[in-house]
Amino acid sequence: MGSVIAFWILAALVVGSAVGLVVRRNPIHGALFLVVNLGGVAALYLMMHAEFLAAAQVIVYAGAIAVLFVFAIMVLIPGKEETGPDPLRAQRWLAVPLGGFLALEIALVLRSTVFTTSRSPATVPGGVEAVGRLLFTDYLFPFEVTSFLLLAALIGVMALTKRKAS
Amino acid sequence: MVPESHYVALSAVLFVIGVVGVLIRRNPLVIFMSIELMLNAANLALVAFGQRHGTAQGQALVFFVMCVAAAEVAVGLAIIVSIFRMRRRLSVDELSLMRW
Repeated sequence: MGSVIAFWILAALVVGSAVGLVVRRNPIHGALFLVVNLGGVAALYLMMHAEFLAAAQVIVYAGAIAVLFVFAIMVLIPGKEETGPDPLRAQRWLAVPLGGFLALEIALVLRSTVFTTSRSPATVPGGVEAVGRLLFTDYLFPFEVTSFLLLAALIGVMALTKRKAS
Repeated sequence: MVPESHYVALSAVLFVIGVVGVLIRRNPLVIFMSIELMLNAANLALVAFGQRHGTAQGQALVFFVMCVAAAEVAVGLAIIVSIFRMRRRLSVDELSLMRW
């Protein structure tokens, strides 16, 4: 019973912060809403006994990515507000019905597959240990490729943001 | 104990909010944050499905998604910063030029 109440509180927090991120005009508020959202999702991971992911979520997303967003917003202060007339306002109104259509579609797919069979919740064996074992045995090659991807991103970012020496 | 279908439904709601955010906003930074929202929704669904099948494979997959998201954000923000240096404005509707 307690976990159900916790789930609904967290769900309200996560959905509310997501809506706030989309609705607020100031990107700084959006970044703060994003931090709340990521923290809520980390708590949801904890509720699903994915402790490693909860820690990684806080460190990687709420720690690194959110700070990166705030830095970028600070660097781009003149461009932070969406001002001026919207040249594509008519097209933008289409977005809401399209989003509703997507929601309907996902709901239909879920109804036909996920919600039909209600399996009893199985517990993930081992938690952190199981994830680590998988990462360094079955997924060793993707793991190494990921490290290479991060290196490539590092070098690419430096090359992209370097000022021309002129 | 909350059934996984609840988590999957929540992730679907989050994903739709992210899609609407990408569609209605003009600021590329906010669009990026909405993309992060969608990635998070997908991660939540992956963990829920992994728990449903009783394996940790979903969690391993989420780890890779997180790494790719970190790389994507770094490169994307670098591109946005360099575009801003060049044009002094930020609006995705004006960025129709593929070269300079």
